[in-house]
Amino acid sequence: MRPVIQVRQLTKRYGKTIAVDQLSFDVRPGVVTGFLGPNGSGKSTTMRMVLGLDAPNAGQAQIGGRPYRDLRWPLREVGALLEARAFHPGRPARAHLAALAAGNAIPRARVEEVLALTGLEQVAGKRAGTFSLGMAQRLGIAAAMLGDPGVLLLDEPVNGLDPEGIRWIRGLLRSLAAEGRAVLVSSHLISEMALMADHLVVIGRGRLLADTTAAELATQAPSLEEAFLQLTGASTEYRAARS
Amino acid sequence: MTAGTRSLPPGRYRFRHVARMEWVKLASLRSTWATLGTIIAAAAGIAVLVAAGTKTASGDLTNSMMTGMFAGVLLAGVLGVLTVTSEYTSGTIRATLAAAPRRPLVLAAKAAVFAITTLITGQAAAFLAFLAGRAALGHGIAAPALGQPGVLRTIVLSGASLALIGLLGLGLGAIIRHTAAAVAVLVGVVYVGELFIGQINRTIDTYLPAYIVGDSIGGRTCGPGAAGCPLPAWAGMSVLAAYAAAALLIGGCILAWRDA
Repeated sequence: MRPVIQVRQLTKRYGKTIAVDQLSFDVRPGVVTGFLGPNGSGKSTTMRMVLGLDAPNAGQAQIGGRPYRDLRWPLREVGALLEARAFHPGRPARAHLAALAAGNAIPRARVEEVLALTGLEQVAGKRAGTFSLGMAQRLGIAAAMLGDPGVLLLDEPVNGLDPEGIRWIRGLLRSLAAEGRAVLVSSHLISEMALMADHLVVIGRGRLLADTTAAELATQAPSLEEAFLQLTGASTEYRAARS
Repeated sequence: MTAGTRSLPPGRYRFRHVARMEWVKLASLRSTWATLGTIIAAAAGIAVLVAAGTKTASGDLTNSMMTGMFAGVLLAGVLGVLTVTSEYTSGTIRATLAAAPRRPLVLAAKAAVFAITTLITGQAAAFLAFLAGRAALGHGIAAPALGQPGVLRTIVLSGASLALIGLLGLGLGAIIRHTAAAVAVLVGVVYVGELFIGQINRTIDTYLPAYIVGDSIGGRTCGPGAAGCPLPAWAGMSVLAAYAAAALLIGGCILAWRDA
């Protein structure tokens, strides 16, 4: 199928540091694509560039053939969870969602739908600053789902979730992909990705290390974890001394 | 089913959608209403104190009753700063720009919503200050009336100056992005600068926001050729508007160019 997100030669420098280095990959509809790499490997920076929040120094990222800023109804086309707590702590959760809905002419009833979907109905009137990390993540996912988008970008969505929450989000993402949506989900946890993702894009120090399936990667070492560590071994920023 | 082929409503998001988003954001914070309420209470309360302490009818009583608007102007400026910087502090800016990636449109909508809100608040504060001050004047002192020359102008322009300083704060917030630094610059420009420059150069002094709010708008005049005469009321307002416009323009450019 035609890729929905196309990343081509994407490069981002901060001073002398190269955060993302000529990165190219595709995200296709109907599958969960895992975006995997050690801490500081450039996953979040890449996602911010796909969303037009950061400008690349070179290369480009397109969604459905267009840069993000040219989308007609961005939230109805792409849903994103970038960081937990990307909301004002003094604003009630429902108002946060209602504001975003208004920005893309999304019917008000949809706010209640995503609150129900993420299990936040009971706390929707509370100021979001009182939320636990897990509830904050759910609010972020509710915001991403607001426009019922065909493309989802989620940066470390399982952070702060309890085991039940992790299982919930795994099921949610798989069912969203099964409906034909394109799902890109980042993590530094290979074990979680193995359960969640069909396709894997592995990066280290901003460079593409592998663009493969979980099954294929696992054949390269005794275990998937071992294969991941071998792949990223040269590009990990900090490592404990080997004993 | 891809991003391009899913059924989407016709058209695209426009100014009115973004403005509605900004209004919901502004109105859903308790601190917004607390600040706006404080502005009105301070204006009226200080007008009552000033009026009650007035012993003679000499001087411009209308202008005196607008004394409390000074506090309101600063609060409006800080609210303007926070309207932008709190989005950076909390990370909301990334949700905002994901919903509306055309950034100049976002700042324009933010400024329009904020301007209308503070304009209404400013007029309410100024008229209430005038009415409360008039009621608190001692017996035997002739109270100014709305029909007298310059009275209505002083009140309306005082109210409007609140919105303009608010927009100056909003623009500074977009330029600086950090709450403390932006508030410091705002207070420096609006108040502290006046204290220093007032001692050094009386002509530059007349172009500073505090002087305009305090003297130009009240229509204070002085003899021909005297140094440090206030700008005429409407000229003073134009200078304030130019400050706000410049801050918003620079803030808009920085918002458009810099990573969020």
